[in-house]
Amino acid sequence: MKGEKDDRRINCREALHRVYDFLDGEMTPERRDQIARHLDKCAPCLKAFGFETEIRRLVADRCRDKVPEELRTRIAAVIDHEHKNGDSAHGVAKGAEH
Amino acid sequence: MADQATFAEDTTGFMDSLYTAALRMTRSPSDAQDLVQETYLKAYRGYGGFEAGTNLKAWLYRILTNTFINSYRSRKRHPEETELDDVEELYLFRRMSGRDGAIGRSAEDEALDWITDDEVKGALESLPESFRMTVLLADVEGFSYKEIAEIMDVPIGTVMSRLHRGRRALEKALHDFGVARGFVAAQ
Repeated sequence: MKGEKDDRRINCREALHRVYDFLDGEMTPERRDQIARHLDKCAPCLKAFGFETEIRRLVADRCRDKVPEELRTRIAAVIDHEHKNGDSAHGVAKGAEH
Repeated sequence: MADQATFAEDTTGFMDSLYTAALRMTRSPSDAQDLVQETYLKAYRGYGGFEAGTNLKAWLYRILTNTFINSYRSRKRHPEETELDDVEELYLFRRMSGRDGAIGRSAEDEALDWITDDEVKGALESLPESFRMTVLLADVEGFSYKEIAEIMDVPIGTVMSRLHRGRRALEKALHDFGVARGFVAAQ
C-alpha cells in the first residue's frame, strides 16, 4: 500500500449513512477520520450530524423517571426478609411477588 | 465473588435507571414496580455469582431483561421485527430542514424545543419491543453495542440493525407528534 492511512474521500451519502455509528463511537479510527474530514468541508452534513446529536441528547435527557419512594422501601424490606431467611428462600420469593 | 452484605449499597444507585427501563418495557407503572422488585430479589440471590469488578449495571440489566421476557411481556403475539415499517434515514431532519423548515431558522438545539418529555417517552414506547429495548439500552443508558448484545443475548449485528431501524422509527414517531401539534409541516 502506498500511504499508511486511507485518504479516500467519502461522499455525503456515505457519511450520512454512518451517522449513528459515528455518534455511537463504534467505528475504526480510520473511518472516523474520513467522516470528520468530510464534515470539516460539508456544512449540510455537519448540520445533519448536529441535528442527530440533538435527538440523541433529547432521548437521553427526557426519558428518565424516578423510583417511587414506596418501591425503594418495599425492595429494601424484601431483601432484608430474604437475608434473614437465608437459604430457605423459595417460600419468601412467592410471598414477595404479591 | 461479590458479597451479599454490600448488595444494597452496591446496587441502589441503579434503581432509577432500572425503573425507567422497566416503565418503557412494560408501559405500566404497576408492572414496572413489580419487575424492578423481582429483578432486585433475583439479583440479591444471585449476587454471589456476580464477579466483583465487572460491569454491575450491565449484569442488573441482563436480569431485568430476562425477567421481563419471561414473565411480563404481553401474552398475545407481540409485534416483532417484521412489523416495523422501514423508515428512511434522517427522517425528521429532512422534514425540518427545508427552505422553510425549522432548522433553517434556528440552531439545531432549538429546533426540537417543542418536544415534551411525554412525547419522547411515547415515541420510544411506540416501537416494537425488541427495538424499544435496544434503543433504550443504547440511547438512554449509554451501553455499547457489545454490552447490549450480552444483555439481550443477540449477535452484535442484530443490535446494530435494530438500532438503525429503531432510531429511524423513533424519529418518525417524533415527527408525527410534531405534525399533530403543528410544529412540523405535514408533507
